[in-house]
Amino acid sequence: MTIAVSTTPGRPAASGWVRRLPEYLTIWVPLLLSAAHLIAFTLWTIWISFTPSTLVPVSGWVGLRNYSAVAASRNWQIALDNLLLFGSAFVLLSLATGLILAILLDQRIRGENLLRSIFLYPLAVSFVVTGTVWSWLLNPGLGIQKLVRDLGWTSFRFDWLIDRDMAIWTIVIAAIWQSSGFAMALFLAGLRSVDADLIKAAQIDGAGPIRMYRRVILPTLWPITITVIVIQLQFAISTFDLVRALTNGGPGIATQLPALVVYDLMFQRSLLGRGAAAAVLMLLILLAVLLPYAAWRYVQRRRAIHA
Amino acid sequence: MRERTIAPSRILIYLVVSLIAAAWLAPLVVVGLNSLRTNEEIAQASMIGWPKQWAWSNYAAAWSGFCVAETCAGIRPYMLNSALVTIPATIFSTLLGAVAGYAVSLWRFRGDNWIYGIVTLGLFLPQQMRLLPWTIVLRDTGLMNTLTGLVVIHTIQGLSFTVLFCRNYYTAIPQDLIRAARIDGAGFFRIFWRIILPLSPPILVVTVIWQFTHIWNEFLYGVTFTTGQQQPVTAALIALSAAVADIPQHGVQSAAVMIAALPTLLIYLIGGKYFVRGLTAGAVK
Repeated sequence: MTIAVSTTPGRPAASGWVRRLPEYLTIWVPLLLSAAHLIAFTLWTIWISFTPSTLVPVSGWVGLRNYSAVAASRNWQIALDNLLLFGSAFVLLSLATGLILAILLDQRIRGENLLRSIFLYPLAVSFVVTGTVWSWLLNPGLGIQKLVRDLGWTSFRFDWLIDRDMAIWTIVIAAIWQSSGFAMALFLAGLRSVDADLIKAAQIDGAGPIRMYRRVILPTLWPITITVIVIQLQFAISTFDLVRALTNGGPGIATQLPALVVYDLMFQRSLLGRGAAAAVLMLLILLAVLLPYAAWRYVQRRRAIHA
Repeated sequence: MRERTIAPSRILIYLVVSLIAAAWLAPLVVVGLNSLRTNEEIAQASMIGWPKQWAWSNYAAAWSGFCVAETCAGIRPYMLNSALVTIPATIFSTLLGAVAGYAVSLWRFRGDNWIYGIVTLGLFLPQQMRLLPWTIVLRDTGLMNTLTGLVVIHTIQGLSFTVLFCRNYYTAIPQDLIRAARIDGAGFFRIFWRIILPLSPPILVVTVIWQFTHIWNEFLYGVTFTTGQQQPVTAALIALSAAVADIPQHGVQSAAVMIAALPTLLIYLIGGKYFVRGLTAGAVK
């Protein structure tokens, strides 16, 4: 990739590029480093995914063999099933939670700032920390189940963390707690930017609060909703830290997710080629979400220009 | 005299909001309380409870006495590692991002939009795509298992965010200001130093808070590229909980978790407004 630098207009050409070398260096070195590493590293990983690399990267060509091996593995299949369930449940529930919180906070209530801070603070804390904390709370021998049983309800059961079928839901719970504040923040900004005249007009027409939200306010939130969905999906696809700290993929491989499979293949089983193939598959899943979004943004922007 | 009546619907709203807020605070409160309970007390009762005797010693043990993988120095060395990675990487990525953001937004050059577009791809590409290349690069440059290696990674990767933040902010500065300064003979650096930087504090605060939080909380690179004594605190915490799985030490562990979370929690408490601004700036790109 070569991009020519045009000489800056308005300056005498005689000053020469040597004198302006420091300037070029400061502009180009960080930008090119960043751009080049993104492009080159992506291509590099794609290339490795087609090689027979195991412990160290080697050249060679095995076609799609790494991909078929990954796709056929039980680990990956479970990871994909989990991603589908986790992704949809997490996105829908965090969207709903975020929207409800935003609407509640929009009611001119006291202490709004404090409440907003409370709902957003999990975002500031590491997933490793929050995952650890949730693993304690959800641990049947230590957390909520133990507490309720000690209070006298001895048959109470809340052991999702060690239940193969339910464990993935513990990740959903922790992820919602962690990130619905983000949806709330965006929705709240959207609610606050609804045209005041529109609301007044609806009020004059005698619309009650519920009708007002359903007919006037919520429809304006669509663009924000789509943005939130895409960002949350993107988060769901690359979720790693939270699962690592909460269940470490277990019990067994019940809460496996693609990001964990990639790590496992690359650094625990030293199957670099397969790990790279799994990473590329992750990228493809991500693109399936991002490309339609980019297209939608493009159309929106065009419409905004022509409007 | 004004009569004050509160509609039942208002009461319901407050009730629901308070309940959710309590649920949201619960994990922090539980860990906070546990960090002050003795290990025995937690083992007998549950993780959820009020301290019978305040075990402040948990903090001392977590800070400097606790054993992680045969080294009994608490989480202090790992906190130091995290600081030694996070602080320089935050400063470098912010400064470079400011210069680069200024260059792409105000010092237009051919291909600037392309470069900018590629750089912001970094916001979306999954980390997993870059794990192997970074491993190879770090190994070949001798930076594997060093804090310097992590600083380099976070600086370069951080540019995606910092360039985005700064560029979006600088595009609001009128081009005429730059043009006028150029006619007066000011060059790239002089304009940056005299005009751009003095206008920048609002966005630099957002960028610094965002980068600090991001880098401090990062785990995947930390656990992949460093081992043992070189690990940042996020990676050490995982090693720690794995190491003590047999002998529960939840009091001390809770204290360790609190200490590890403290820097970003403090930053959030002090600069919450700016944190949210970074959050939304990254979102509505």
